[in-house]
Amino acid sequence: MPITVAHSKPTLDPDVRLDHLRALEAESLHILREVAADFERPVMLYSIGKDSSVMLRLAEKAFHPGPIPFPLLHVDTTYKFREMIQFRDETARAVGARLIVHTNQEAIGEGTQPFTVGTQRCCGLLKTKALLDALQAGRFDAALGGARRDEERSRAKERIFSVRDANGQWDPKRQRPELWHLLNARLRPGESIRVFPLSNWTEIDVWQYIHLERIPIVPMYFAKPREVIVRGHSLLLPEQPFVTPMPGDEVQIVMCRMRSLGCSPCTGAIRSDADTVPKIIEELIATRQSERQLRVIDHDQDGSMEIKKREGYF
Amino acid sequence: MSGLLRICTAGSVDDGKSTLIGRMLHDSQAVYEDQIHSVRTASKNRGAGPIDFSLFTDGLKAEREQGITIDVAYRYFATARRKFILADTPGHEQYTRNMATGASTADLAVLLVDATQGVRPQSRRHARIARLLGIDDFVLAINKMDLVDFSRDVYESIRREFGGILAGARHHAIPLSALQGDNVMTVSPRTPWFAGPSLLEHLETVEVTRHLTSLPFRFPVQLVSRPDHQFRGYAGQIASGIVRVGDRVTAWPSGRSARVKRIVTYDGDLDLAFAPMSVTLTLDDEIDISRGDQLSNAAEPPPHAGSRFQAEVVWMDERGADPSRVYLLKHTTRTVTAEVSRGLALNQIGTVTISATRPLVFDRYDTNRTTGSFILIDPATCFTAGAGMIAGLGEGDRTDPDTPLGTAVRLARLAREAPSEAEATEAVAHALEALLK
Repeated sequence: MPITVAHSKPTLDPDVRLDHLRALEAESLHILREVAADFERPVMLYSIGKDSSVMLRLAEKAFHPGPIPFPLLHVDTTYKFREMIQFRDETARAVGARLIVHTNQEAIGEGTQPFTVGTQRCCGLLKTKALLDALQAGRFDAALGGARRDEERSRAKERIFSVRDANGQWDPKRQRPELWHLLNARLRPGESIRVFPLSNWTEIDVWQYIHLERIPIVPMYFAKPREVIVRGHSLLLPEQPFVTPMPGDEVQIVMCRMRSLGCSPCTGAIRSDADTVPKIIEELIATRQSERQLRVIDHDQDGSMEIKKREGYF
Repeated sequence: MSGLLRICTAGSVDDGKSTLIGRMLHDSQAVYEDQIHSVRTASKNRGAGPIDFSLFTDGLKAEREQGITIDVAYRYFATARRKFILADTPGHEQYTRNMATGASTADLAVLLVDATQGVRPQSRRHARIARLLGIDDFVLAINKMDLVDFSRDVYESIRREFGGILAGARHHAIPLSALQGDNVMTVSPRTPWFAGPSLLEHLETVEVTRHLTSLPFRFPVQLVSRPDHQFRGYAGQIASGIVRVGDRVTAWPSGRSARVKRIVTYDGDLDLAFAPMSVTLTLDDEIDISRGDQLSNAAEPPPHAGSRFQAEVVWMDERGADPSRVYLLKHTTRTVTAEVSRGLALNQIGTVTISATRPLVFDRYDTNRTTGSFILIDPATCFTAGAGMIAGLGEGDRTDPDTPLGTAVRLARLAREAPSEAEATEAVAHALEALLK
C-alpha cells in the first residue's frame, strides 16, 4: 500500500505529547467509562455506519479486558441496505455484544415509506418515534450515539451529556454548561440523556482512526463498479423493492461508493475511485462537499436537523 | 509541538468574532461548498453582503434570525501542521458562564477588540475570566483595522493597554480585518509596519506550555474492572504525570500503597503511560480502591486532602448560590454533597469556602486543572449551577493529623522524605507505633 501508517501502540515518549487521534481516543474512553459508572441502564445506538464502528471499537477499548457493559440498539427502518444488516449481525457476533433491533411495526404495517408520506414524516415515524419507543421499552436512562459536532451546525452546540425531557425532546436554550471533563449525569424523574463520545472528532479523524486501527466497515463505503439508477444529479443503488428505476431514470454501471449510510431510498452514492481507506482520506481532503449533502432529510426545510433533534431524533 | 490545539474566543457583541471564525473556517477549507451555498442564500435573505461569515457559526435558528450567538459552539479545522478545536463563546447573553465553559478546556484564548472602540470594560472582564480559568497564552486580535485606515497608532495604543491587563501571560497582538481577511491567514500588505505572524501562522506554531507530563502523577479511578476472579484493575484517565510498571503508588483517601503490576490496554500492556492517556492499572497488592479514589506516585508530592477548602466559583444558574442549601459537588470521578459559604448571583464570580460532607483529594487549580476543578449541581433541577477552581485549604482547616486521612498524609510524607526505602519503612513503622501508644 502506498500510504503507511504505523499500527502501533500510542507514542510512549513523554516529551512528545499524544498525537491528536490518541488524545481524542483517550477523551472518548473517559466518556464511555463515565457512562458505565454513572448510569443504571445505558445502551449504545448502533447505526452500522463508520461512526458507530469507531464508537464500538472505543467501547471495546474502554472496558478491556472486560466485556462491553451495555447492549447495542439498532433502530431498523426496514429500508436499510441488505449489506448493512448483514454487517450489523456479523459485527455484534464478533464483538460479543447483545444486539437489540427495534422497528416501528405499526408504521410499517400502515405502509409508511418516504415516497408516500414524505421524508419528514417517514423519519419522524421510523427513526424518531421508533427510537423513543425503544428507549422507553428498555427503560434506558442513557443512550450513546456516534454523532459528531462537525456534522451539522446545530450539532456544534450539542453537549457531550445532552439531557432530554420526559418526551425525549431537546431544548437547545436550556442546556447545562459543560466544563473541563466533568460530566453531570444527574437526571430528574422522566429525563434521559444522550451521550456523544465522538463529539470532538471530525470526519477525517474517524477515517484516520479506522485506518490506524484497521476497524472493519461496511464494504459499501469502498468504490467499485456498481449498477446504479441515475436520477437527476443523484446516484441511487437499486434495492428491491424500495429503489427501482422510474420513467426518466437511466440505469448505468458507475464506479461509486457511499460516503454516508442511511436508508436506501434517501441516500445517494458518489462517483469515486476510492477503494481503500487511504484513498477515501485523500478524497475527503480534496472534496468540497459535506458528507450530509447526500442526505435528503437534512435539506427538507431550513434548520431541519435542529427541528428533528428537538423532537428527539439522534 | 502538540498536534492538537484547543482555542477559545472572546469578544464583545459586534467585535466581529463570528465573522473572524467564519473566515478562518472558510479560508482553511473547513466548510464545504454546499454549506457555503446555503450561507450565500441566507446572506441574501438578510442583506448582509455577498457572504456573511457569521452564518457558518450561528447554529441555531433563533441565532440566525436574531443575528446573535446564544450558546458555546465547537468548531473544528486543521492545517497541515496542526488540528484545532475552537470553542466559540458568545459575547453578550450569559457570556460569563459561556466563556468559563469555553475557556475551561482551552490552551489559548483569542480576545477580540474592535479597533474603532478600543479596550472596553467587557474586554477586561473576558481577559480576567480567561486568566481565572488558567489560560496563560493569548492572542489579542485587534479587528476592524480597515475602519481605522490600518493605523499603527491605534494598534499600539490597544496593545499597550492590554499588556497591563494580561500581565504575567504571554500574548501576541495582531492587527486584522476579519471581514476583508487582512492578517487572518497571511500577513497583509496593508499593515507593512506589522512583522507578523498572521493569526493562523501564529496558531499553527505557538508553543503552549501545558506540560501535563511534568506534573506529579494523578489518577482518579473511574471504574474498578473485575471481569473474572483473576483480574482486578482500576480504569481511569491519567490527569497528570507519568506512571511506570513497578512504581509505588498511594491510593487516596486511604493512604495505602502498592506497586503498579501492569498497565493494561486493549492494544497490549505498556511499560509506561502518561497524561492524558486512558488506561487500566493493576497493583501487586489487594488494597481497597473504588471509583472516586485517586492514585498518586508515592515518590512524588502527594495531593491535598480535606473537606473544607477555598475556591473561586463562577455561578451559572438563574437561581443564585444559597448558603442554606446543599449542593452536589462533582470533583474528578467523585460526587459528594457540599455547602457554600456565601451567596452568588448568576454570572457572578467569587471566593467561596466549600464544606463537603466527605473529604476530597485535590490539587490547587493553578497547578492542576483536572484535580483542581469541580462543578456544583443543584439537586432539585440537576442543573450544573456552579464551576469551581480550588485555591487552597480553608483557613484553619489544614488536614487534621488526628483523622485517619491526616495520618495517612503524614505517613506518606514521612515515607517520601526518607532517603532510602529501608529508612522509609522504618520511619513509617515508628510513626505507627507512636500512634498506637
